[in-house]
Amino acid sequence: MEAQFLQIVQMLQGFFGPVWPLVYTLLKIVGIILPLLLCVAYLTLAERKVIGAMQVRLGPNVVGPWGLLQPIADGLKLVFKEIIVPTQASKGIYFVGPALAFATALAAWAVVPFSEGWVLANVDAGVLYILAITSVGIYSIIIAGWASNSKYPFFAAMRSASQMVSYEIAMGFALVCVLMVSASLNLSDIVHVQGKGRFVDMGLGFLSWNWLPLLPMFLVFLISGIAETNRAPFDVVEGESEIVAGHMVEYSGMAFALFFLGEYSAMILVSVMTTIFFLGGWLSPVGFLPDSFVWLAAKTSFVLFLFLWFRATFPRYRYDQIMRLGWKIFVPLCMFWVLVVGIWMMSPLNIWK
Amino acid sequence: MGAMKEFLNSLLLKELFQGLVVTGRYMFARKITIQYPEEKTPQSNRFRGLHALRRYPNGEERCIACKLCEAVCPALAITIESGERDDGSRRTTRYDIDLTKCIFCGYCEEACPVDAIVLTREFEYHGEVRGDLYYTKQMLLAVGERNEAQIAKDREQDAPYR
Repeated sequence: MEAQFLQIVQMLQGFFGPVWPLVYTLLKIVGIILPLLLCVAYLTLAERKVIGAMQVRLGPNVVGPWGLLQPIADGLKLVFKEIIVPTQASKGIYFVGPALAFATALAAWAVVPFSEGWVLANVDAGVLYILAITSVGIYSIIIAGWASNSKYPFFAAMRSASQMVSYEIAMGFALVCVLMVSASLNLSDIVHVQGKGRFVDMGLGFLSWNWLPLLPMFLVFLISGIAETNRAPFDVVEGESEIVAGHMVEYSGMAFALFFLGEYSAMILVSVMTTIFFLGGWLSPVGFLPDSFVWLAAKTSFVLFLFLWFRATFPRYRYDQIMRLGWKIFVPLCMFWVLVVGIWMMSPLNIWK
Repeated sequence: MGAMKEFLNSLLLKELFQGLVVTGRYMFARKITIQYPEEKTPQSNRFRGLHALRRYPNGEERCIACKLCEAVCPALAITIESGERDDGSRRTTRYDIDLTKCIFCGYCEEACPVDAIVLTREFEYHGEVRGDLYYTKQMLLAVGERNEAQIAKDREQDAPYR
């Protein structure tokens, strides 16, 4: 199997000659993006099914067996719809918005390690790269809101500007704790650090992952992640009951679909990040099972399920409550915990040597 | 002490976790969805659906053109014109119900002294152009004919309570 694969790779290498590295990277990008888009499609179905179940309904079950073709049908519908550009919209920027939302949500995947060595770009500043790229993603909403030249999208732009900036600070602080204990900005190294310690030797790997010693930061990161991706209960940006669909009001067809793809791939990205930073990435929870990609997928699915569960459970936060939670609770809590972790690491009880 | 407790409860997200437990439990509850075209909810024998004009078992129209239904109709949906038939009896020459006006209150059925106008269990009908929901005497009689068995059964069941 392995030998055959190498043989095929060598054959292709001979065929493409000097452009081979480029072709190979492109192939790897396609290999990440296609399954990702499939995951996004089925995440929308999973969302409707899970929320349906929690509301004692069935959810979509008509298109295909158990409704499995529903996302395909939805996608086709959106592809064939007309993209309407408002007369007063700023034409160029109007299309930059959705493109940026989609592109940034995909670009961040370059540094995500899926398993031991399975990473497109194993850069040392992976965490910084992800933070930088996701920050650019915020502009997509602001740009879309401004370019639409309409009131509700503009409200959404204002809300997203303040909400996402506030929660990025809490998120960054939560990550500072992770970086302190793992002493690296490389995502693979962060996972490796979680695979060492007394509990791992006892065969209870899941107790040595960052979520337990950094439990408050795990919760802060998870909640900030929900706020960052504009999911319920922090979805004031979209805010169906107040401002229709926020920044997406003036978009239709594929332009609208791009926002959706961007939002859902950002959700998956945040889940993967939570998994890598706090839940041990691809590490196996118990000693007798091997580490593999399957664990990463399972943990990510679990975090995604939490996203859906929260959406089915909590009513939307008021705008001032969101600001209060972000600035007056999370930021002080994070600062305090950075201090605690610092003291912990300097004390004889340090568990991260 | 109370303030302290409240602070801890909110910091540890106590109420949010309680909420999660509730939705988590309902996720496994039996689903109450009725998958409509395949499954239907049971109907009462007093169900008020599409109107029908009935006939006696010998084929004679029940309606005697007393116009009580027209008078009682709160939505003014019924239009009746009467005339003398060849055998000298008083009959309707026109009996129209505008279903777009009708509010399905059932007063016409209650007012009718001969149980001629009734509301059936039929509710899956539609109109494709504007005039389609203006039902004439012939159409109402046809509805009555195709539902007569059900209509008679329902009236019989309900008779002790009237």
